[in-house]
Amino acid sequence: MTDLHSLALESFHTEQGAKFAPFAGYKMPIQYPLGVKGEHLHTRESVGLFDVSHMGQLLVEGPGITEALETLVPAALQEMAPGQIRYSQLTLNNGGILDDLMLTRWNDTTWGLVVNGACKHVDMEHMRAMLPDSIQMNYLDTHALIAVQGPRARDALTRMMPEAGELVFMRAVQTTWSGHPITLSCCGYTGEDGYEISIANTHAQELAEALTTLEETTWVGLGARNSLRLETGLCLYGNDLTIETTPIEADLLWSIQKRRRTNGGFLGADTILQQINDGPPRKRVGIAPADGRTPLRDHTLLKNSAGDEVGEITSGGFGPTFEGPIAMGYVTHNMSTPGTELFAEVRGKSLPCTVCDPIFVQQRYVRSL
Amino acid sequence: MTVKYTREHEWIRIEGDLATVGITFYAQEQLGDVVFVELPEADTSADQGAEVAVVESVKAASDIYAPVTGTIIESNSELSERPELVNEDPENDGWFFKMQLSDPSELDDLLDEADYQAFIQEEL
Repeated sequence: MTDLHSLALESFHTEQGAKFAPFAGYKMPIQYPLGVKGEHLHTRESVGLFDVSHMGQLLVEGPGITEALETLVPAALQEMAPGQIRYSQLTLNNGGILDDLMLTRWNDTTWGLVVNGACKHVDMEHMRAMLPDSIQMNYLDTHALIAVQGPRARDALTRMMPEAGELVFMRAVQTTWSGHPITLSCCGYTGEDGYEISIANTHAQELAEALTTLEETTWVGLGARNSLRLETGLCLYGNDLTIETTPIEADLLWSIQKRRRTNGGFLGADTILQQINDGPPRKRVGIAPADGRTPLRDHTLLKNSAGDEVGEITSGGFGPTFEGPIAMGYVTHNMSTPGTELFAEVRGKSLPCTVCDPIFVQQRYVRSL
Repeated sequence: MTVKYTREHEWIRIEGDLATVGITFYAQEQLGDVVFVELPEADTSADQGAEVAVVESVKAASDIYAPVTGTIIESNSELSERPELVNEDPENDGWFFKMQLSDPSELDDLLDEADYQAFIQEEL
Protein backbone atom coordinates (compact mmCIF):
# COMPACT_ATOMS: atom_id res chain seq x y z
CA MET A 1 0.00 0.00 0.00
CA THR A 2 3.01 2.27 -0.58
CA ASP A 3 1.57 4.34 -3.42
CA LEU A 4 -1.53 5.20 -1.44
CA HIS A 5 -2.34 8.49 0.21
CA SER A 6 -2.56 8.41 3.98
CA LEU A 7 -5.38 9.89 5.99
CA ALA A 8 -4.31 12.54 8.49
CA LEU A 9 -5.72 10.24 11.20
CA GLU A 10 -4.09 7.00 10.01
CA SER A 11 -2.11 6.40 13.21
CA PHE A 12 -5.20 7.23 15.27
CA HIS A 13 -7.19 4.56 13.37
CA THR A 14 -4.36 2.06 13.85
CA GLU A 15 -4.62 2.68 17.60
CA GLN A 16 -8.37 2.03 17.35
CA GLY A 17 -7.57 -1.40 15.87
CA ALA A 18 -8.52 -0.61 12.26
CA LYS A 19 -7.79 -2.99 9.39
CA PHE A 20 -6.95 -1.05 6.25
CA ALA A 21 -7.60 -1.57 2.55
CA PRO A 22 -7.00 0.58 -0.54
CA PHE A 23 -9.97 2.63 -1.68
CA ALA A 24 -10.05 5.67 -3.98
CA GLY A 25 -6.25 5.93 -3.82
CA TYR A 26 -6.22 6.05 -0.01
CA LYS A 27 -5.29 3.57 2.67
CA MET A 28 -8.72 3.47 4.33
CA PRO A 29 -10.05 1.83 7.52
CA ILE A 30 -12.21 -1.03 6.23
CA GLN A 31 -13.23 -2.34 9.65
CA TYR A 32 -12.46 -2.06 13.35
CA PRO A 33 -12.45 -4.79 16.04
CA LEU A 34 -16.28 -4.78 16.29
CA GLY A 35 -16.47 -6.15 12.71
CA VAL A 36 -18.67 -5.18 9.78
CA LYS A 37 -21.92 -6.56 11.20
CA GLY A 38 -21.36 -5.16 14.70
CA GLU A 39 -20.39 -1.74 13.34
CA HIS A 40 -23.44 -1.71 11.08
CA LEU A 41 -25.86 -2.59 13.88
CA HIS A 42 -24.23 -0.14 16.29
CA THR A 43 -24.74 2.69 13.77
CA ARG A 44 -28.45 1.81 13.38
CA GLU A 45 -28.91 1.66 17.17
CA SER A 46 -26.57 4.33 18.48
CA VAL A 47 -23.78 6.31 16.73
CA GLY A 48 -21.10 5.33 14.21
CA LEU A 49 -18.03 7.47 13.51
CA PHE A 50 -16.56 7.41 9.98
CA ASP A 51 -13.39 9.00 8.66
CA VAL A 52 -14.36 9.97 5.12
CA SER A 53 -11.49 12.38 4.52
CA HIS A 54 -10.85 10.73 1.14
CA MET A 55 -13.88 12.64 -0.14
CA GLY A 56 -13.12 15.76 -2.15
CA GLN A 57 -14.02 18.94 -0.28
CA LEU A 58 -14.12 22.01 -2.50
CA LEU A 59 -14.90 25.66 -1.92
CA VAL A 60 -15.90 27.48 -5.10
CA GLU A 61 -16.46 31.20 -5.20
CA GLY A 62 -16.86 34.14 -7.50
CA PRO A 63 -19.47 36.35 -9.15
CA GLY A 64 -22.28 34.41 -10.84
CA ILE A 65 -21.22 31.14 -9.22
CA THR A 66 -24.77 29.93 -8.59
CA GLU A 67 -25.81 30.31 -12.24
CA ALA A 68 -22.51 28.83 -13.40
CA LEU A 69 -22.92 25.73 -11.18
CA GLU A 70 -26.43 25.24 -12.54
CA THR A 71 -24.94 24.56 -15.98
CA LEU A 72 -23.13 21.53 -14.47
CA VAL A 73 -25.83 19.96 -12.26
CA PRO A 74 -29.57 19.38 -12.74
CA ALA A 75 -30.52 20.56 -9.23
CA ALA A 76 -32.13 23.98 -8.75
CA LEU A 77 -29.57 26.06 -6.86
CA GLN A 78 -30.83 29.63 -7.24
CA GLU A 79 -33.80 29.02 -4.93
CA MET A 80 -31.64 27.64 -2.10
CA ALA A 81 -31.20 29.47 1.21
CA PRO A 82 -27.79 30.12 2.79
CA GLY A 83 -26.79 27.01 4.75
CA GLN A 84 -28.98 24.72 2.65
CA ILE A 85 -27.52 21.53 1.13
CA ARG A 86 -28.72 19.73 -2.01
CA TYR A 87 -27.73 16.39 -3.51
CA SER A 88 -27.09 16.42 -7.24
CA GLN A 89 -24.95 14.98 -10.04
CA LEU A 90 -22.27 16.37 -12.34
CA THR A 91 -23.82 15.40 -15.66
CA LEU A 92 -22.20 14.92 -19.07
CA ASN A 93 -23.39 15.82 -22.58
CA ASN A 94 -24.84 12.33 -23.10
CA GLY A 95 -26.84 12.59 -19.87
CA GLY A 96 -24.43 10.25 -18.04
CA ILE A 97 -23.14 10.97 -14.54
CA LEU A 98 -19.51 12.04 -14.01
CA ASP A 99 -20.01 12.02 -10.23
CA ASP A 100 -22.65 12.65 -7.60
CA LEU A 101 -22.14 15.32 -4.98
CA MET A 102 -23.46 17.50 -2.17
CA LEU A 103 -23.68 21.25 -2.72
CA THR A 104 -23.99 23.73 0.17
CA ARG A 105 -24.89 27.34 -0.50
CA TRP A 106 -23.02 29.65 1.88
CA ASN A 107 -23.90 32.96 0.24
CA ASP A 108 -24.44 34.49 -3.22
CA THR A 109 -20.81 34.00 -4.21
CA THR A 110 -19.60 30.98 -2.22
CA TRP A 111 -20.52 27.28 -2.41
CA GLY A 112 -19.13 24.22 -0.65
CA LEU A 113 -19.01 20.95 -2.62
CA VAL A 114 -18.31 17.41 -1.45
CA VAL A 115 -17.51 14.94 -4.25
CA ASN A 116 -16.41 11.30 -4.26
CA GLY A 117 -12.79 10.52 -3.42
CA ALA A 118 -12.26 8.32 -6.46
CA CYS A 119 -13.57 11.05 -8.81
CA LYS A 120 -12.32 14.25 -7.24
CA HIS A 121 -9.42 15.01 -9.59
CA VAL A 122 -11.50 14.33 -12.72
CA ASP A 123 -14.32 16.42 -11.24
CA MET A 124 -11.98 19.33 -10.62
CA GLU A 125 -10.62 19.19 -14.18
CA HIS A 126 -14.17 19.08 -15.53
CA MET A 127 -15.34 22.01 -13.40
CA ARG A 128 -12.23 24.04 -14.10
CA ALA A 129 -12.80 23.59 -17.83
CA MET A 130 -16.50 24.44 -17.63
CA LEU A 131 -16.59 27.26 -15.07
CA PRO A 132 -15.62 30.85 -16.01
CA ASP A 133 -12.10 31.98 -15.08
CA SER A 134 -13.58 34.45 -12.59
CA ILE A 135 -14.66 31.48 -10.42
CA GLN A 136 -12.04 30.33 -7.92
CA MET A 137 -11.91 26.67 -6.98
CA ASN A 138 -10.16 25.68 -3.75
CA TYR A 139 -9.47 22.02 -3.03
CA LEU A 140 -9.54 21.57 0.75
CA ASP A 141 -7.11 18.66 1.05
CA THR A 142 -6.01 20.48 4.19
CA HIS A 143 -9.25 19.29 5.83
CA ALA A 144 -10.50 16.03 7.29
CA LEU A 145 -14.16 14.96 7.09
CA ILE A 146 -15.63 12.95 9.96
CA ALA A 147 -19.17 11.57 9.76
CA VAL A 148 -21.21 11.06 12.93
CA GLN A 149 -24.23 8.91 12.08
CA GLY A 150 -27.07 7.21 13.92
CA PRO A 151 -30.27 7.76 15.90
CA ARG A 152 -28.35 9.03 18.93
CA ALA A 153 -25.93 11.23 16.93
CA ARG A 154 -28.02 14.34 17.56
CA ASP A 155 -28.02 13.98 21.36
CA ALA A 156 -24.39 12.95 21.51
CA LEU A 157 -23.00 15.65 19.24
CA THR A 158 -25.17 18.40 20.72
CA ARG A 159 -23.33 17.89 24.03
CA MET A 160 -20.11 18.77 22.16
CA MET A 161 -21.48 21.39 19.76
CA PRO A 162 -24.83 22.97 20.63
CA GLU A 163 -25.38 23.99 16.97
CA ALA A 164 -25.91 20.33 16.06
CA GLY A 165 -29.23 20.29 17.88
CA GLU A 166 -30.54 23.15 15.74
CA LEU A 167 -29.74 21.63 12.34
CA VAL A 168 -32.28 19.66 10.33
CA PHE A 169 -31.51 17.31 7.44
CA MET A 170 -29.67 19.03 4.56
CA ARG A 171 -28.72 22.15 6.51
CA ALA A 172 -25.20 23.22 7.41
CA VAL A 173 -23.47 25.83 9.53
CA GLN A 174 -19.94 27.22 9.73
CA THR A 175 -18.99 27.50 13.38
CA THR A 176 -16.17 26.69 15.79
CA TRP A 177 -15.48 23.78 18.10
CA SER A 178 -12.86 24.06 20.84
CA GLY A 179 -11.69 27.26 19.16
CA HIS A 180 -11.22 25.63 15.73
CA PRO A 181 -13.30 26.53 12.65
CA ILE A 182 -15.53 23.68 11.50
CA THR A 183 -18.26 23.11 8.94
CA LEU A 184 -21.09 21.11 10.45
CA SER A 185 -23.49 19.56 7.91
CA CYS A 186 -26.59 17.55 8.76
CA CYS A 187 -26.40 14.82 6.13
CA GLY A 188 -24.69 11.48 5.59
CA TYR A 189 -24.58 8.16 3.80
CA THR A 190 -26.18 5.71 6.21
CA GLY A 191 -29.88 6.61 5.93
CA GLU A 192 -29.76 7.74 9.57
CA ASP A 193 -29.89 11.17 11.16
CA GLY A 194 -26.38 12.49 11.55
CA TYR A 195 -23.66 14.92 10.60
CA GLU A 196 -20.47 15.42 8.66
CA ILE A 197 -17.83 17.62 10.27
CA SER A 198 -15.10 19.28 8.23
CA ILE A 199 -12.08 20.37 10.26
CA ALA A 200 -8.44 21.26 9.47
CA ASN A 201 -6.15 18.20 9.48
CA THR A 202 -4.14 19.82 12.26
CA HIS A 203 -7.12 19.62 14.64
CA ALA A 204 -8.69 16.41 13.33
CA GLN A 205 -7.16 14.18 15.99
CA GLU A 206 -8.44 16.40 18.80
CA LEU A 207 -11.94 16.10 17.31
CA ALA A 208 -11.62 12.35 16.74
CA GLU A 209 -10.56 11.81 20.35
CA ALA A 210 -13.43 13.91 21.70
CA LEU A 211 -15.95 12.00 19.55
CA THR A 212 -14.46 8.68 20.69
CA THR A 213 -15.03 9.54 24.34
CA LEU A 214 -18.79 10.01 23.76
CA GLU A 215 -20.41 6.91 25.24
CA GLU A 216 -22.71 6.35 22.22
CA THR A 217 -19.96 6.14 19.61
CA THR A 218 -17.85 3.51 17.92
CA TRP A 219 -15.61 3.75 14.83
CA VAL A 220 -17.02 2.24 11.66
CA GLY A 221 -15.09 1.25 8.52
CA LEU A 222 -15.91 1.29 4.82
CA GLY A 223 -17.31 -2.26 5.01
CA ALA A 224 -20.27 -1.26 7.17
CA ARG A 225 -20.54 2.11 5.42
CA ASN A 226 -21.35 0.13 2.27
CA SER A 227 -23.99 -2.13 3.86
CA LEU A 228 -25.56 0.86 5.66
CA ARG A 229 -25.96 2.88 2.46
CA LEU A 230 -27.13 -0.11 0.41
CA GLU A 231 -29.84 -1.07 2.93
CA THR A 232 -31.29 2.44 2.74
CA GLY A 233 -31.22 2.53 -1.08
CA LEU A 234 -28.39 5.05 -1.52
CA CYS A 235 -26.29 4.86 -4.69
CA LEU A 236 -22.54 4.28 -4.78
CA TYR A 237 -20.75 6.09 -7.59
CA GLY A 238 -18.78 3.63 -9.73
CA ASN A 239 -21.24 0.81 -8.96
CA ASP A 240 -24.76 2.19 -9.24
CA LEU A 241 -23.98 5.45 -11.04
CA THR A 242 -21.50 5.76 -13.90
CA ILE A 243 -20.87 7.86 -17.00
CA GLU A 244 -23.20 5.38 -18.74
CA THR A 245 -26.21 5.94 -16.45
CA THR A 246 -28.48 8.98 -16.41
CA PRO A 247 -30.12 10.40 -13.28
CA ILE A 248 -33.50 9.25 -14.63
CA GLU A 249 -32.32 5.68 -15.18
CA ALA A 250 -30.89 5.85 -11.65
CA ASP A 251 -34.34 6.84 -10.31
CA LEU A 252 -33.00 10.18 -9.04
CA LEU A 253 -35.73 12.35 -10.56
CA TRP A 254 -36.49 13.57 -7.02
CA SER A 255 -33.13 15.39 -7.07
CA ILE A 256 -34.13 17.45 -10.14
CA GLN A 257 -36.42 20.26 -9.04
CA LYS A 258 -39.36 21.42 -11.14
CA ARG A 259 -37.76 24.47 -12.82
CA ARG A 260 -34.84 22.39 -14.11
CA ARG A 261 -37.18 19.63 -15.38
CA THR A 262 -38.93 22.23 -17.51
CA ASN A 263 -36.15 24.61 -18.52
CA GLY A 264 -33.08 22.35 -18.61
CA GLY A 265 -29.91 24.38 -19.04
CA PHE A 266 -27.45 21.75 -17.74
CA LEU A 267 -25.16 19.30 -19.51
CA GLY A 268 -27.10 16.35 -20.90
CA ALA A 269 -30.47 18.10 -20.45
CA ASP A 270 -31.70 16.96 -23.89
CA THR A 271 -31.39 13.29 -22.99
CA ILE A 272 -32.48 13.72 -19.38
CA LEU A 273 -35.62 15.79 -20.16
CA GLN A 274 -36.53 13.37 -22.95
CA GLN A 275 -36.24 10.46 -20.48
CA ILE A 276 -38.39 12.34 -17.95
CA ASN A 277 -41.13 12.61 -20.60
CA ASP A 278 -40.84 9.25 -22.35
CA GLY A 279 -39.39 7.05 -19.61
CA PRO A 280 -35.82 5.75 -19.48
CA PRO A 281 -34.77 2.59 -21.40
CA ARG A 282 -33.75 0.95 -18.11
CA LYS A 283 -34.19 1.72 -14.45
CA ARG A 284 -32.48 1.20 -11.11
CA VAL A 285 -34.52 -1.12 -8.86
CA GLY A 286 -34.12 -3.32 -5.81
CA ILE A 287 -33.76 -7.08 -6.35
CA ALA A 288 -34.79 -9.69 -3.78
CA PRO A 289 -34.05 -13.42 -4.15
CA ALA A 290 -37.23 -15.51 -3.81
CA ASP A 291 -35.54 -17.86 -1.32
CA GLY A 292 -34.87 -14.87 0.96
CA ARG A 293 -31.38 -16.19 1.69
CA THR A 294 -28.91 -16.11 -1.21
CA PRO A 295 -26.88 -12.89 -1.36
CA LEU A 296 -26.61 -11.44 -4.88
CA ARG A 297 -23.23 -9.85 -5.50
CA ASP A 298 -22.10 -7.00 -7.78
CA HIS A 299 -22.18 -7.83 -11.54
CA THR A 300 -24.64 -10.73 -11.20
CA LEU A 301 -26.55 -10.99 -14.51
CA LEU A 302 -30.34 -10.81 -14.52
CA LYS A 303 -32.47 -12.67 -17.08
CA ASN A 304 -36.15 -13.03 -17.93
CA SER A 305 -37.98 -16.36 -18.03
CA ALA A 306 -36.97 -16.79 -21.68
CA GLY A 307 -33.32 -16.58 -20.65
CA ASP A 308 -32.68 -13.16 -22.26
CA GLU A 309 -30.42 -10.81 -20.39
CA VAL A 310 -32.49 -7.94 -18.93
CA GLY A 311 -30.10 -6.35 -16.47
CA GLU A 312 -27.37 -6.59 -13.89
CA ILE A 313 -26.88 -6.22 -10.13
CA THR A 314 -24.69 -3.16 -9.47
CA SER A 315 -24.49 -3.45 -5.65
CA GLY A 316 -25.39 -6.50 -3.64
CA GLY A 317 -24.69 -8.03 -0.28
CA PHE A 318 -26.24 -8.81 3.06
CA GLY A 319 -28.12 -6.34 5.23
CA PRO A 320 -27.48 -6.89 8.95
CA THR A 321 -30.51 -4.77 9.95
CA PHE A 322 -32.71 -6.16 7.16
CA GLU A 323 -31.41 -9.61 8.17
CA GLY A 324 -31.31 -10.78 4.59
CA PRO A 325 -29.87 -10.23 1.13
CA ILE A 326 -30.02 -6.68 -0.22
CA ALA A 327 -29.27 -5.68 -3.80
CA MET A 328 -29.88 -3.00 -6.38
CA GLY A 329 -29.31 -3.07 -10.09
CA TYR A 330 -30.57 -2.00 -13.48
CA VAL A 331 -33.28 -3.74 -15.50
CA THR A 332 -34.99 -2.87 -18.77
CA HIS A 333 -37.94 -0.52 -18.31
CA ASN A 334 -40.54 -3.24 -19.03
CA MET A 335 -39.09 -5.36 -16.19
CA SER A 336 -38.86 -2.55 -13.60
CA THR A 337 -42.31 -2.72 -11.96
CA PRO A 338 -42.08 -3.98 -8.35
CA GLY A 339 -43.21 -7.58 -8.21
CA THR A 340 -41.80 -8.48 -11.63
CA GLU A 341 -40.21 -11.92 -11.53
CA LEU A 342 -36.78 -12.51 -13.05
CA PHE A 343 -33.76 -14.76 -12.61
CA ALA A 344 -30.26 -14.07 -11.31
CA GLU A 345 -27.36 -16.11 -12.66
CA VAL A 346 -25.64 -17.33 -9.50
CA ARG A 347 -22.82 -19.84 -9.86
CA GLY A 348 -24.26 -21.30 -13.04
CA LYS A 349 -27.80 -21.60 -11.71
CA SER A 350 -30.88 -19.45 -12.34
CA LEU A 351 -32.08 -18.12 -9.01
CA PRO A 352 -35.68 -16.78 -9.00
CA CYS A 353 -35.84 -13.12 -7.89
CA THR A 354 -38.36 -10.32 -7.60
CA VAL A 355 -38.05 -6.62 -8.44
CA CYS A 356 -38.63 -4.51 -5.32
CA ASP A 357 -38.13 -1.04 -3.86
CA PRO A 358 -34.37 -0.52 -3.36
CA ILE A 359 -35.04 0.89 0.12
CA PHE A 360 -34.78 -2.20 2.34
CA VAL A 361 -34.56 -0.23 5.60
CA GLN A 362 -36.43 3.07 5.95
CA GLN A 363 -34.36 6.26 6.03
CA ARG A 364 -34.72 8.14 9.32
CA TYR A 365 -33.70 11.71 8.60
CA VAL A 366 -34.75 14.52 10.96
CA ARG A 367 -36.48 16.97 8.62
CA SER A 368 -38.04 19.22 11.27
CA LEU A 369 -37.46 19.98 14.94
CA MET B 1 -9.13 -40.05 14.50
CA THR B 2 -6.84 -37.59 12.73
CA VAL B 3 -7.40 -33.95 11.82
CA LYS B 4 -5.70 -32.46 8.77
CA TYR B 5 -5.73 -28.98 7.27
CA THR B 6 -5.49 -27.37 3.83
CA ARG B 7 -3.81 -24.13 2.74
CA GLU B 8 -7.35 -22.98 1.85
CA HIS B 9 -8.13 -23.03 5.58
CA GLU B 10 -10.31 -26.13 5.71
CA TRP B 11 -10.07 -28.79 8.38
CA ILE B 12 -10.66 -32.49 7.61
CA ARG B 13 -11.49 -34.89 10.43
CA ILE B 14 -10.76 -38.45 9.30
CA GLU B 15 -12.45 -41.52 10.75
CA GLY B 16 -11.69 -44.62 8.67
CA ASP B 17 -12.55 -43.71 5.06
CA LEU B 18 -14.94 -40.93 6.16
CA ALA B 19 -13.87 -37.29 6.19
CA THR B 20 -15.80 -34.45 7.83
CA VAL B 21 -14.90 -31.04 6.38
CA GLY B 22 -15.29 -27.48 7.66
CA ILE B 23 -13.39 -24.20 7.77
CA THR B 24 -10.92 -23.30 10.48
CA PHE B 25 -11.29 -20.84 13.33
CA TYR B 26 -8.78 -18.61 11.54
CA ALA B 27 -10.81 -18.75 8.31
CA GLN B 28 -14.08 -17.70 9.97
CA GLU B 29 -12.25 -14.89 11.72
CA GLN B 30 -10.96 -13.62 8.37
CA LEU B 31 -14.39 -13.97 6.72
CA GLY B 32 -16.29 -12.10 9.41
CA ASP B 33 -19.96 -12.77 10.10
CA VAL B 34 -21.18 -15.65 7.94
CA VAL B 35 -24.67 -15.02 6.53
CA PHE B 36 -25.17 -17.80 3.98
CA VAL B 37 -23.75 -21.21 3.16
CA GLU B 38 -24.46 -23.14 -0.04
CA LEU B 39 -23.73 -26.85 0.41
CA PRO B 40 -23.26 -29.74 -2.01
CA GLU B 41 -25.97 -32.37 -2.46
CA ALA B 42 -25.45 -35.86 -1.14
CA ASP B 43 -24.22 -38.57 -3.51
CA THR B 44 -22.26 -36.16 -5.69
CA SER B 45 -18.66 -36.99 -6.44
CA ALA B 46 -15.94 -34.37 -6.25
CA ASP B 47 -12.32 -34.27 -7.34
CA GLN B 48 -9.70 -32.87 -5.01
CA GLY B 49 -9.71 -29.08 -5.44
CA ALA B 50 -13.21 -28.88 -6.99
CA GLU B 51 -15.49 -26.03 -5.85
CA VAL B 52 -18.20 -27.79 -3.84
CA ALA B 53 -19.61 -25.17 -1.47
CA VAL B 54 -19.85 -21.41 -1.00
CA VAL B 55 -19.69 -19.46 2.21
CA GLU B 56 -20.85 -15.84 2.19
CA SER B 57 -20.03 -13.36 4.90
CA VAL B 58 -21.10 -9.75 5.29
CA LYS B 59 -17.99 -8.96 3.26
CA ALA B 60 -17.83 -11.39 0.34
CA ALA B 61 -18.48 -14.83 -1.10
CA SER B 62 -15.74 -17.48 -0.83
CA ASP B 63 -15.52 -20.87 -2.50
CA ILE B 64 -14.95 -24.03 -0.48
CA TYR B 65 -12.98 -26.76 -2.24
CA ALA B 66 -13.08 -30.52 -1.82
CA PRO B 67 -9.87 -31.21 0.13
CA VAL B 68 -9.68 -34.77 -1.22
CA THR B 69 -11.34 -36.81 -3.98
CA GLY B 70 -14.45 -38.70 -2.99
CA THR B 71 -18.23 -38.75 -2.72
CA ILE B 72 -20.22 -36.27 -0.68
CA ILE B 73 -22.44 -38.33 1.59
CA GLU B 74 -24.00 -35.68 3.79
CA SER B 75 -24.17 -31.87 4.21
CA ASN B 76 -24.81 -29.99 7.43
CA SER B 77 -28.43 -28.90 6.87
CA GLU B 78 -28.32 -26.95 10.15
CA LEU B 79 -26.18 -24.32 8.37
CA SER B 80 -29.06 -23.32 6.07
CA GLU B 81 -31.03 -22.03 9.01
CA ARG B 82 -28.11 -21.02 11.22
CA PRO B 83 -25.11 -19.93 9.09
CA GLU B 84 -23.73 -18.18 12.20
CA LEU B 85 -22.71 -21.65 13.48
CA VAL B 86 -19.68 -21.29 11.20
CA ASN B 87 -18.53 -18.38 13.38
CA GLU B 88 -19.69 -19.76 16.70
CA ASP B 89 -18.30 -23.28 16.45
CA PRO B 90 -16.33 -23.59 13.18
CA GLU B 91 -14.47 -26.79 14.04
CA ASN B 92 -17.43 -28.76 15.48
CA ASP B 93 -21.13 -27.87 14.97
CA GLY B 94 -20.19 -25.62 12.04
CA TRP B 95 -19.00 -28.52 9.82
CA PHE B 96 -19.90 -28.28 6.11
CA PHE B 97 -20.06 -31.79 4.62
CA LYS B 98 -18.91 -35.41 4.96
CA MET B 99 -17.08 -37.31 2.23
CA GLN B 100 -16.27 -40.92 1.53
CA LEU B 101 -12.61 -40.96 0.50
CA SER B 102 -11.57 -42.51 -2.83
CA ASP B 103 -7.84 -42.18 -2.35
CA PRO B 104 -6.63 -42.00 1.28
CA SER B 105 -3.07 -41.37 0.04
CA GLU B 106 -4.19 -37.79 -0.83
CA LEU B 107 -4.29 -37.14 2.91
CA ASP B 108 -0.52 -37.34 3.04
CA ASP B 109 -0.22 -34.02 1.20
CA LEU B 110 -2.39 -32.16 3.70
CA LEU B 111 -1.04 -30.20 6.67
CA ASP B 112 -1.06 -31.45 10.23
CA GLU B 113 -2.01 -29.04 13.00
CA ALA B 114 1.53 -27.80 13.69
CA ASP B 115 2.17 -27.20 9.97
CA TYR B 116 -1.14 -25.35 9.63
CA GLN B 117 -0.43 -23.13 12.65
CA ALA B 118 2.96 -22.28 11.14
CA PHE B 119 1.25 -21.59 7.79
CA ILE B 120 -1.21 -19.05 9.25
CA GLN B 121 1.57 -17.39 11.23
CA GLU B 122 3.24 -16.69 7.87
CA GLU B 123 -0.02 -15.21 6.52
CA LEU B 124 -0.41 -12.88 9.50
